[in-house]
Amino acid sequence: MSNAFRVDALGSVDRDKSLSFTFDGREYTGHPGDTLASALLANGVHHVATSIKYGRPRGIMTAGVEEPNALVQIEFPFPEPMLTATTVELYDGLVARGLSGQGRLSTRPDTARYDTVHAHCDVLVVGAGPAGLAAALTASRAGVRVVVVDELPSPGGSLPGTAPACEWVADVTDELSANSDVQLLRRTTAIGYYDDGLVLALEKRTDHLGAAAPAHVSRQRVWRIRARQVVFATGAYERPIAFDDNDRPGIMLAGSARTYLGRFGVLAGREVVVFTTNDSAYLAATELADAGARVRAVIDARSEVPAHWLDACAARGIEVRAGQAVSGTSGAERITGVRVGDEEIGCDLLLVSGGWNPAVALFSQARGTLRYDGVLGGFVPAGALDTVRTAGAARGVLGSAEVVSDGAEAALGALAALGKTAGEPVALPAVGDAPAGAPGAVLWQVPGSDDAQFVDLQRDQTVADVLRATGAGLTSVEHVKRYTTIGTAHDQGRTSGVLTSGIVAAALGVDIAELGTPRLRPPALPVAFAAFAGRNRGELFDPVRVTSLHRWHVEHGALFENVGQWKRPWYYPVGGETIEEAVLRECRAAREGVGMMDGSTLGKISVQGPDSGELLDRFYTNVMSSLKVGRVRYGVMCGVDGMVFDDGTVLRLAEEEFLVTTTTGNAAKVLDRMEEWLQTEWPDLRVRLTSVTEHWATIPLVGPRSRDVLALVAPTLDVSNAAFGFMTWQDTVVADVPARVARISFSGELAYEINVPAWYAHTVWEALYAAGGPFGITPYGTETMHVLRAEKAYPIIGQDTDGTITPQDLGMSWVVSGKKDEFVGRRSFDRAENRRADRKQLVGLLPVDERTLLPEGAQIIATETVPAPPVPMLGHITSSYRSDALGRTFALALLRGGTRRVGETLYVPLEGRTVAVTVTDPVLYDKEGTRRDG
Amino acid sequence: MTVDAPARFSPLADWQEAFGRLPAGFQVRELPFLTQLTLRVSADSPAAKAVESVLGIRLPSASRAELSEEVKALWLGPDEWLLVAPADTGAELVGRLRSAIGEEFATVTDVSAQRTVLSLRGGLTREILARGCALDLDPRVAPVGACYTTLLAQTGITLVVRAEAAASVWLLVRSSFAPYAAAWLVDAATEYGGGAG
Repeated sequence: MSNAFRVDALGSVDRDKSLSFTFDGREYTGHPGDTLASALLANGVHHVATSIKYGRPRGIMTAGVEEPNALVQIEFPFPEPMLTATTVELYDGLVARGLSGQGRLSTRPDTARYDTVHAHCDVLVVGAGPAGLAAALTASRAGVRVVVVDELPSPGGSLPGTAPACEWVADVTDELSANSDVQLLRRTTAIGYYDDGLVLALEKRTDHLGAAAPAHVSRQRVWRIRARQVVFATGAYERPIAFDDNDRPGIMLAGSARTYLGRFGVLAGREVVVFTTNDSAYLAATELADAGARVRAVIDARSEVPAHWLDACAARGIEVRAGQAVSGTSGAERITGVRVGDEEIGCDLLLVSGGWNPAVALFSQARGTLRYDGVLGGFVPAGALDTVRTAGAARGVLGSAEVVSDGAEAALGALAALGKTAGEPVALPAVGDAPAGAPGAVLWQVPGSDDAQFVDLQRDQTVADVLRATGAGLTSVEHVKRYTTIGTAHDQGRTSGVLTSGIVAAALGVDIAELGTPRLRPPALPVAFAAFAGRNRGELFDPVRVTSLHRWHVEHGALFENVGQWKRPWYYPVGGETIEEAVLRECRAAREGVGMMDGSTLGKISVQGPDSGELLDRFYTNVMSSLKVGRVRYGVMCGVDGMVFDDGTVLRLAEEEFLVTTTTGNAAKVLDRMEEWLQTEWPDLRVRLTSVTEHWATIPLVGPRSRDVLALVAPTLDVSNAAFGFMTWQDTVVADVPARVARISFSGELAYEINVPAWYAHTVWEALYAAGGPFGITPYGTETMHVLRAEKAYPIIGQDTDGTITPQDLGMSWVVSGKKDEFVGRRSFDRAENRRADRKQLVGLLPVDERTLLPEGAQIIATETVPAPPVPMLGHITSSYRSDALGRTFALALLRGGTRRVGETLYVPLEGRTVAVTVTDPVLYDKEGTRRDG
Repeated sequence: MTVDAPARFSPLADWQEAFGRLPAGFQVRELPFLTQLTLRVSADSPAAKAVESVLGIRLPSASRAELSEEVKALWLGPDEWLLVAPADTGAELVGRLRSAIGEEFATVTDVSAQRTVLSLRGGLTREILARGCALDLDPRVAPVGACYTTLLAQTGITLVVRAEAAASVWLLVRSSFAPYAAAWLVDAATEYGGGAG
């Protein structure tokens, strides 16, 4: 029975070509232009899925994105879960199966490309049906920039497939395509409206090509469209009616059957009953009858039916039963009959139309207000917004000619708002005047068994479930939505939302106009995470920042540590060393010979102007204005709460110029904070700030032999302690490169910090490495840096502090000036809370067992056995390392009242044991500072 | 003697080959070692006028660049410009500017190695940038001389329109982000052939 339901001479599928596909294990054929749903229907397949809660057979209810039932899993060419059969374009080799609510994600990575494009326009038209096309053409003729997005492969929307209509669509499309200021995006669905005219749309670019999709073209694309004016010509969705057993395969919305016939040449059934509340379903009845179906009856809930429809039906031998309703259905895998009153009418297809719901989700996201239209039985936009309008069926306008005019009107409104003059008016398609119709009736529910009347078919929710919600006291449709899950499936309740409102309103005896309808939220359509990720995956997932020495580090076997977005050398293992072995070796080199590291990531800010010293005095806890040119001072910055925010060194380059260094992670934050205070609090200060972080590469040269190495590469520099003392800097030449060298130490050893413009870093680094060869110069990474500084109790802001730690807590009262009236954080130091003796303070911890390495973050308690909860916690470990210099492990910790606990034995509970530790002064190495001058 | 000049390496020195494989409609080239100075000065102040007289241009207004002279000025903020000059002219230019500013208040800072400059040319440039740059580069919106500090994908950039319809632009990107920007540009050109491969 291959394509047994295909009707000759209708539809636009390409019958010269056949496509093979497999559904639920059976092979079928279809044609290019088919959807999976139309191809299944052409083969007489209605039962395509199983309901999630009750396991009931389910069919294809619609022909588009509103489909609540026909969820399928694609298995080949690439596994994809939960697509609607009504929107999957057929391709050769497609393998799919029906689902029961839940699909399966692929276990393989998706290798297809996904990307993003930003677009800009004066007028964005969403939907290329008759209203949208008219709007787009009207806008384009005014010479403005237009973007049109439409979910279908070709424009035209729901316009009938008659020759005049097709010709009109072709003419409009041609004119739009010829205009370079118009972008017409097919297979593209708007998924959300955001502030300031930003609309996101998803374009399915190669999905329809299946395995033949070219790998270098993105499969899907997220368009980020900025529009000055938006016209939503999004059409309307047909509304079902709740009656008993309204969920069987073979029950379809009437307009969808027209679509299957007109667009795909598929007759959805041969024995047809139509159940309607309005005129629109008569088109389905007559068109299906003309195509060869036997339409057994039109059951019209209205008592009066327009005469021309009675005539049209009579001419085709279709019985019209006015003032009646379908009260139930029979059948198993597929509908076999409907019950009308006491009578059973046999059929294999029941078409239902309860009226039309304008597609207002996006308008509603744009903060457009809706009002209930009692004639339509649906919610329509209450009016246009300044920048957002609706047109056509989305505004409740029906009839092809009226819709086209309305589209043009909406565009004229947009043009007027843009101050643009309209061009030549758009010609209307010759679709013929429809005879005057009669208003539809509003019918939510046919009396019957509430628990057999389905409202949300995907969620398997019935009228009984809605009444359970109202019975539980819920009076808001938003609450009913969450209580029942109606409208929360992939289709967001396109068919069930307004129906739910109608049933809730009836149950509560309130006006539906007051009750409203649940808001549809973005994305209006399920979107794969891969599409949102776009190119932000793999190496482009997050920017990797590298220094100018990165290649050297890679070539020398460094392993890297992520520090924010930076890749910093972590350690340089040699000959299969473990991290522990490598770090001990690197530490030993820095303490006993000479080491070097890449410190380029340090933040650097040039502070210039006559009030530079004053500004720095207001930020640092200590005095900077007294620093002499040529000298360096360490400083700490606090927040207004008095908590340590950042630390670093300050070089006075000239009377009116300082160079501030910050921690790697805070480089941007410190600059931002200084700018903010300067601009908002102290605009009177004559100071300007300039980031120079990446202009300079910074190479700390560390260890007792660093002076020897520097002397070799900087022959013009007097490196003696007398000429170049601790905490001073000099401009000189290193390896023929102009350099600024400072005597700064983050290890306690004799050390130099060599700064050169980043382009020269490699040359200078190689020169140092070569000159240091005879001294065993050892490149070291961040891990060794951390050990060296921890042995000296130099805190790492953000590791040994957490935003609740003052300089005093770190044992650094010496860095807080008592001479200055004001600096950021000063007032907080007077708070009683900041002066408590039992604040957490930085201490050293020595495990009694010298080999035990404590995990960072571990808690500290007072007793050897862990008491019953709540366990009194005294503090936690912030840094913990194995020290080569000390020949043992050690840790830094923040400990309640820690300063007074020096000498005590405390305990660190670990899994299944506690570790005894001795509290010490935090400085564990060279307390007297004898090593800094070499 | 230049033969003895120490070797220097621009942030994208390793990317020449990958750039060379890009399609004809999208030619990317690093312009290495250009002099770049950050000028911070109040617009229309005596110091700004002193700077303008040295440079022979008016400091451009918001979102504009002045490209007519050898030293180009890019607007970065209400009181901040980036001056871009030929390579190895930094020290001399800083000196000239500082002496012209004299006792007035303005700061000039050499930041030449802070960013690298990428020249993007060809008819595909605008289309490819639209994959990662949210700004409208339509010539009616962004004519020659437009200058924006914005994002390209996930990195900050300063973008200067140098030819009609963005057929030639400069991207200035922080040195540490330059390899990311280069990888992004090459990837974004994939659909047009060449590029990644």
